[in-house]
Amino acid sequence: MSEEKTFLEMNNIKKSFGDLQVLKDISLSVHEGEVLSIIGPSGSGKSTLLRIATMLETMDSGSIKYMGNEAAHVENKVIHYAKPQALREIKKNFGLVFQNFNLFPHMSVMRNLIDAPIHVQKRNKDEVLSEAKELLKKMGLADKEDYYPSQLSGGQQQRVAIARALALKPNVLFFDEPTSALDPELTGEVLKVIKGLAEEKMTMVIVTHEMSFARNISDRIIFMDKGIIALEGVPDEVFNSENSRMQEFLGKLKHE
Amino acid sequence: MNFITMLEQISSGMLHTILIFFLTLVFSLPLGWIIAFGRMSKNKIISSITGFIISILRGTPLMLQLMVVFYGPYFLFKLPITNWRFPAIIVGFSINYAAYFAEIYRSGISAIPVGQYEAAHILGFNKVQTFFKIILPQVVRIILPAVTNEVITLVKDTSLAFTLSYMEMFTITKQIASTQTTLIPFAIAALFYYIFNLLVSFTMRRLEKKLNYY
Ligand SMILES: Nc1ncnc2c1ncn2[C@@H]1O[C@H](COP(=O)(O)OP(=O)(O)OP(=O)(O)O)[C@@H](O)[C@H]1O
Ligand SMILES: [Mg+2]
Repeated sequence: MSEEKTFLEMNNIKKSFGDLQVLKDISLSVHEGEVLSIIGPSGSGKSTLLRIATMLETMDSGSIKYMGNEAAHVENKVIHYAKPQALREIKKNFGLVFQNFNLFPHMSVMRNLIDAPIHVQKRNKDEVLSEAKELLKKMGLADKEDYYPSQLSGGQQQRVAIARALALKPNVLFFDEPTSALDPELTGEVLKVIKGLAEEKMTMVIVTHEMSFARNISDRIIFMDKGIIALEGVPDEVFNSENSRMQEFLGKLKHE
Repeated sequence: MNFITMLEQISSGMLHTILIFFLTLVFSLPLGWIIAFGRMSKNKIISSITGFIISILRGTPLMLQLMVVFYGPYFLFKLPITNWRFPAIIVGFSINYAAYFAEIYRSGISAIPVGQYEAAHILGFNKVQTFFKIILPQVVRIILPAVTNEVITLVKDTSLAFTLSYMEMFTITKQIASTQTTLIPFAIAALFYYIFNLLVSFTMRRLEKKLNYY
């Protein structure tokens, strides 16, 4: 255990929107090859935490490190980012899969995948192309490379979005409720893809409301409630916990 | 004056009309982006000044603006500019139309979901790449119908150049009509504007179809 690398380390993260304190001193780390799921009631701050980790959102205090390199920290209420060049390197470490996919509608599936590797990472075009083809095959979308996102089902679009994130070869992949915009019959195909990645030891942080899925694939689960980490541990530990908030949360889900 | 001479004289004006039309588009379409960016600037001073300029350009007659551009340099600054008539027309038209285009661009940009910017940001695209690769192509498709409307209006608005007695088609038409006391020149002019606009809408519709690939 002590040998494993820490890919992401967030310390003492606090965040308020106006008077509303959304994150109250959150610390967490993500280790190489692990699948960490974040669960919790609506409004508990899960998305905000992911948005801060991926630097789409600023924080009010705390620090973020990727692979031991500091990406950002707050000092005297001012947020300091790593220098542009270093920050660009750090940002290569993670990808994010959004709830509503956010594919580029005017680009074909293939261009959605290869544009960033070619124009941001400046990698060899042929190499990127053949890797992208492999990725699409893995996602069960081999015949869809010339389609536009609007011609695909939600489940297919989300798999393209996952492939797009993977095309940049991130060390950590974040998911923010990857299936909650999908019809129930389409969630399965996306969860299957994520499960496949877990089996390949892809490091992932997944915010989800799919409890049995989270329990099934996670190495570790964080239960967030009202801006704090209320519970943290291996799936059985968290799901069998006597914690009243957790019980209440699970009870509510059952009644839905 | 027989019909053929009439037609000849009016045709020579058509060229000037077409020239005003194209030059106005060449300058106002890009200038509109600059104004749109000024309007959307995070700097409050820049955005409110730009907003004020836009409201004046859209809230006063183009005819009046043409007068100001033409007479302004001399009346205000005593600048003895010669051959200013045609440039003044192009400047006046371009600035006025740029204001309209700017508002169209702005509405197009605000129609792009914030998720597009976030996805681009996460993938590592910089601001320039994000604009040209991801935002602009989507905006162009959204705004094309509104731009088409403005372009059609511009065809008709070119006739306002007669206020500066520039020898474009409408000015010539008016002269012939009043000296010859006949409506025929107006009929010819009407036909010209009509056909010109048919061509414009045809072209724009082709363009819209082409952009409707997704
Ligand atoms: N940009 C923002 N401005 C103001 N308030 C915000 C903003 N983003 C989030 N919030 C608020 O912060 C709180 C936490 O939001 P967040 O989206 O992180 O919750 P969540 O745990 O992801 O919930 P859900 O399960 O519904 O997605 C909510 O009360 C939300 O309204
Ligand atoms: Mg959320």
